[in-house]
Amino acid sequence: MSEMRNYTLNFGPQHPAAHGVLRLILEMDGEVVERADPHIGLLHRGTEKLAESKPYNQSIGYMDRLDYVSMMCNEHAYVMAIETMLGLEIPERAQYIRVMFDEITRILNHLMWLGTHALDVGAMSVFLYAFREREKLIDCYEAVSGSRMHATYYRPGGVYRDLPDKMPQYLESKLRKAKELEEMNANRQGSLLDFIADFAANFPDSIDQYSNLLTDNRIWKQRLVNIGIVTPERAMQLGFTGPMLRGSGIEWDIRKNEPYSVYDKMEFDIPVGVTGDSYDRYLVRMEEMRQSTRIIEQCITWLRANPGPVMSDDHKVAPPKRSDMKDDMESLIHHFKLFTEGYCLPEGEVYSAIEHPKGEFGVYLVSDGANKPYRVKMRAPGFAHLAAMDEMARGHMLSDVVTIIGTQDIVFGEIDR
Amino acid sequence: MWQSFVDLIHTLIPWFDGGLADVVIILIKGVALILPLIIMMAYMTYAERKVIGYMQLRIGPNRVGPLGLLQPFADVFKMMFKEIIFPSKANIYLFLLAPILAFVPAVAIWAVIPMGEGFYITDLDVSLLYVLAIGSVGVYGIILAGWASNSKYPLLGALRSASMLVSYEIVIGFVVVTVVMIAGSVNLNTIVADQAGGIWNWYWIPLFPMMIVFWISALCETNRAPFDVVEGESEIVGGTHVEYSGMCFALFFMAEYINMIMMAALAVLMFFGGWHSPFEGVPYLEAWFTFVPDLVWLLVKMSFFLFLYLWIRATFPRYRYDQIMRLCWKVFLPLTIIWIFVVGLMTQLEIGPWF
Repeated sequence: MSEMRNYTLNFGPQHPAAHGVLRLILEMDGEVVERADPHIGLLHRGTEKLAESKPYNQSIGYMDRLDYVSMMCNEHAYVMAIETMLGLEIPERAQYIRVMFDEITRILNHLMWLGTHALDVGAMSVFLYAFREREKLIDCYEAVSGSRMHATYYRPGGVYRDLPDKMPQYLESKLRKAKELEEMNANRQGSLLDFIADFAANFPDSIDQYSNLLTDNRIWKQRLVNIGIVTPERAMQLGFTGPMLRGSGIEWDIRKNEPYSVYDKMEFDIPVGVTGDSYDRYLVRMEEMRQSTRIIEQCITWLRANPGPVMSDDHKVAPPKRSDMKDDMESLIHHFKLFTEGYCLPEGEVYSAIEHPKGEFGVYLVSDGANKPYRVKMRAPGFAHLAAMDEMARGHMLSDVVTIIGTQDIVFGEIDR
Repeated sequence: MWQSFVDLIHTLIPWFDGGLADVVIILIKGVALILPLIIMMAYMTYAERKVIGYMQLRIGPNRVGPLGLLQPFADVFKMMFKEIIFPSKANIYLFLLAPILAFVPAVAIWAVIPMGEGFYITDLDVSLLYVLAIGSVGVYGIILAGWASNSKYPLLGALRSASMLVSYEIVIGFVVVTVVMIAGSVNLNTIVADQAGGIWNWYWIPLFPMMIVFWISALCETNRAPFDVVEGESEIVGGTHVEYSGMCFALFFMAEYINMIMMAALAVLMFFGGWHSPFEGVPYLEAWFTFVPDLVWLLVKMSFFLFLYLWIRATFPRYRYDQIMRLCWKVFLPLTIIWIFVVGLMTQLEIGPWF
């Protein structure tokens, strides 16, 4: 009889559970994974190098495309790095808008994670239920920036423009009945803030709906409990951040530990797990969505009461008003300079990190005093998480690998950069 | 009516001393069974997409024909004109044999499934045994497909199905034993006839746990969610189907759906009084519903079970393969064995109207 051997299985890059272009080389003993070797780089676009050849503002759009399911959070880290270097004061209203959209983005990201995670584990319907809510949030993106995904809304000095007073509505169409249209536009009668308030009021019910389908579901539990356990010590050694770290029971959240923007004025709790398995991470993320809703509600209250500027009036960095440009020579010059040459950062380096939905997303920026960065390095949370794939998957079965990919919440835009 | 039809064919084809006429009759019977079956199967796929669609806030197919009703035919044409690709390292003979082996038993089982009082192709005395026997042949199709593809994902699928289907066949076998113990017959016609006389005479009451076990095992036998690890779309990308395209794939697909319909029929025949009206023995209602033919009652009951397939699929996550095995050997098997003794006692002590 010939000797029994392990065999290798190419999991991806074309695989429904590969979350993009993950290529996993699995060494299998029957159904049991002996070794998992993640290969990356299939989505490499050279963002860091590209940023070196462009004025600072022109790279904001690249940040959206890093983790393409939590766009504005990426922007936040980058914009914050520039602002720190410049020592720029940002209007408070812009800070609140940023925090609100950071949390909207967090929900966007977690809904995407929930949907794909459930889909990987086999529960199809959750995916579409999650996208129902996601659609509303993406509409908020669109209302505020004109783009449904890649917003480029945060700018050094604030945000591109103030929140619109009117939420865009669905238009008449021969495919829709008048009554249907009325229903669809029911929560779009007021301003964007009204729309978000309506969302925040109803969203906890939607979370309950997802919970009903999954949390106490025996099959869901059997698939998630004790899968991919990471001990707290190991999680720290591996450089885990975000829900992955909190799932292991370590209470670490940059929003609380090193608050940026106006997070120090917000009231919210940080959920932590106990065992550090996939189920704990699932619960942590579900609770994070509830907490995000809380933060959004606080932001709405503040934003309603406090109108004001949303962009710094330092026109060396932030463009002047278009109306000013018509009859103000200086504004015209500022505008011209900003959109051709850009602005220069003082010589030096900075690391700015935010609590991205997936973990700590940091931008390390080195400037040699020119109008372009000398070097930009992104610290992508998913990279560290994916690096632990082997450790988390070893000894589990093939189906669990899929669960682990889901629980890591991997997006290749940020890992391959 | 049937007899006069047979006589007519005998007079139309007088030569060969009736031999040829018999062959023709058999052929007609076969077509009369398979054609509606295939159409049912086609519309089962349509129903699946529509029902799950509405459950998931979608609309489902609505482009081909009114309400998308012609979608199954569009699918059929698409499948027929697609190229069948043979993997370069596949064993072509086994590769082609596998879908046939999956499809033929699925259809062959229907020869003994009665669809009404005296409405069947053959009245086999051991029809339930025949169903079990032919049903287990279908597994070979899947195993062969996984082996012949000479590819890793199909092989994993085949390994999973081999162990899974064989295990659940044992459970189904035991469940069938309890039914047979009550009915005192292995003939499906007799089993249904024994359940006559109203909803309280159906076997689902004394065999309630067995009915549940049977239905879950049926999901497993037909590779349906949440036990669809053989296909395991997000794990092994379609399992044994990975390398199949065109009509080869369609045969697997049809076999799966025909098996689903068969399992639904079996559940109705064994536990829900087959074609008997649920209003038997109920004053007034019984009289009002006498015009409904047997077949309709059977189809209505079957539709409920077919709907269950879709409902379950839209609701549950997928089991892991070893958990399915655990469920089979550690939960279902002891339960069925215990219930065999319970049923044995009930039959001996003559409890209830069933024994």
